[in-house]
Amino acid sequence: MQILTRSIPLFITAVAGIVMILSAFFPYTSDWGKFAGQFFNILAAFAFVLGGGNLLKLHLKKISDQRPGWAYSGVVLVCFIVTLFVGLLKIGAYPNPTYPSVHFGGETQGSGSMFWWFYEYAFKPLTSTMFAMLAFYVASAAFRAFRAKNFEAILLLGTAFVVLLGRTFAGVLATGWIPPDSAFSGLRLENLSVYVMQVFNTAGTRAIMIGIALGIASTSMKILLGIDRSFLGSGD
Amino acid sequence: MSSSASEPMTPAQRAIWAIVCLSILVIVVVRSFIGDGMGRVYVEPKPMDFVAEVTTSTENASESTTSWKQVSTVEFDAYVSANGYTNTISWTEYDQVPPRAYFAQEAAGGGSIVLSWPRTIGLWLAAFFTLAIFSFLYRDNPFYKFAESVVVGVSAGYWMVVGFWDTIVPNLLQRLMPVFSKDYLTPGMELPPGGFDPTNLVFLIPLVLGIMLVGRLLPKCGWLSLWPLAFIVGTMAGLRMVGYIESDILSQTKETVIPLYVQGENTSSNFMMIWSTIWASLAQILLVIGVLACLVYFFFSVEHKGAVGKTARVGIWYLMITFGAAFGFTVMGRIALLAARVEFLFDDWMWLIDPMQQREFISASVGLLF
Repeated sequence: MQILTRSIPLFITAVAGIVMILSAFFPYTSDWGKFAGQFFNILAAFAFVLGGGNLLKLHLKKISDQRPGWAYSGVVLVCFIVTLFVGLLKIGAYPNPTYPSVHFGGETQGSGSMFWWFYEYAFKPLTSTMFAMLAFYVASAAFRAFRAKNFEAILLLGTAFVVLLGRTFAGVLATGWIPPDSAFSGLRLENLSVYVMQVFNTAGTRAIMIGIALGIASTSMKILLGIDRSFLGSGD
Repeated sequence: MSSSASEPMTPAQRAIWAIVCLSILVIVVVRSFIGDGMGRVYVEPKPMDFVAEVTTSTENASESTTSWKQVSTVEFDAYVSANGYTNTISWTEYDQVPPRAYFAQEAAGGGSIVLSWPRTIGLWLAAFFTLAIFSFLYRDNPFYKFAESVVVGVSAGYWMVVGFWDTIVPNLLQRLMPVFSKDYLTPGMELPPGGFDPTNLVFLIPLVLGIMLVGRLLPKCGWLSLWPLAFIVGTMAGLRMVGYIESDILSQTKETVIPLYVQGENTSSNFMMIWSTIWASLAQILLVIGVLACLVYFFFSVEHKGAVGKTARVGIWYLMITFGAAFGFTVMGRIALLAARVEFLFDDWMWLIDPMQQREFISASVGLLF
């Protein structure tokens, strides 16, 4: 069993990773890399099936145990099954005018289909409102946490204000009295905002990106060499 | 900002909920009776009629191919009256039109634009979901929990459907079952010579691995999923390692090795030329200094003391500016989304504002009332 659950997975990891690395260096192996990329996409799609299966398992258990809030699990399951059903069967989707005799030839998310309806009137408003609501939480958290106690905090706060104001009409109006062709035009909020983004923000972001990339490269090496086996759930 | 729903509501909170719900109800009812009402979607039907054209092969009379030709409604009716509904396909598509088109049609005495009940119900449902999510700002409540459950269910189904039609069908089924795919799923695809390309048998590997991945759902077959998981992790590790080294380490380093002196672009006068040169060169110098200082701050193998400590401190200043800018951008993005939702409620649903002139026939009357 050790071979099936440890040795073979480690071997697969190493081979798949090395093939991907080689495909970047040797033109002969570039097709292998392309295949591996396509295999990865297919497996990622199967992972959605796994996710859906887990969702079903979890919520059916909650309903059968009648745990608190089990009715909401029923809502989850109904929405999941109905969306899946109308999407996979393309219920209400118009056929492709070039091939009108093939029902499944039409667009999955074509305007007018039931799947489109679920996307347009449930998925889109719900997800975008959830993200929009974060505006309140970000503002609330900033109000509680941001205190101009030291120089670093002042820099952070000041930059946030410059960037926010520089991209609004109020910011443009506030420094609109500085002539755009003068030597001090860089102090206009909209220009200052651009300068901050192009110079200071680029420098910081670049250093962070380089740091992240170094971290990813070293972690990848550890995984490919079998030093990091945490993804196998062994705890070693 | 919010508290747990498991805590029982106090009478004051119950009163607040009752007032909020009642207020929304009153506003909606009152608004529905003012002017042309609110929250309706109109569509224009577009008939799609096709008749079959059977072409017999000149070489072999028993071989024939059927192609479909789109015809006008008049031609279609003539064909049906002569031949019946055999060898015909027709359906009606509905294009959404702005309410002003419907109002214009009504003013002119009639037309084909009609109210779309499915879309109108959808619009009201979307408005309900928007308000239900926003209700969490006060505290957790059954409306929010319901909307949250809907988003979980719908998004899980949505991504599975997208995964099937956008990945499984073109990458797997088209390769392993090309004829079936062409006949029933993706008629526009090109068939390989002979109907099947044997090299595509290699795609049995992801199929088997995919089935093994789903094996995780079975208690005794959980270990099967380790193989596809190992493949996913290995592929990602190899791909990301090369990708990040190439795009983030090498290209970002290359972009940082830049000339420190830059000729200014403003040539309106000598003074402005010198001034813009100073600004442009200063930007390059500050950029290089910033990247190096931040990298020194990230280098923890050396104690941050003396010159290293001072450089690291400069790095912290740069990082604080970066975080401030990131914060500003995040707030801007969220507020833009919030504005879009508010616009949806006031424009598409309640018809109180009309920035896109969708209902110009009523906007004037509403303007007088409010």
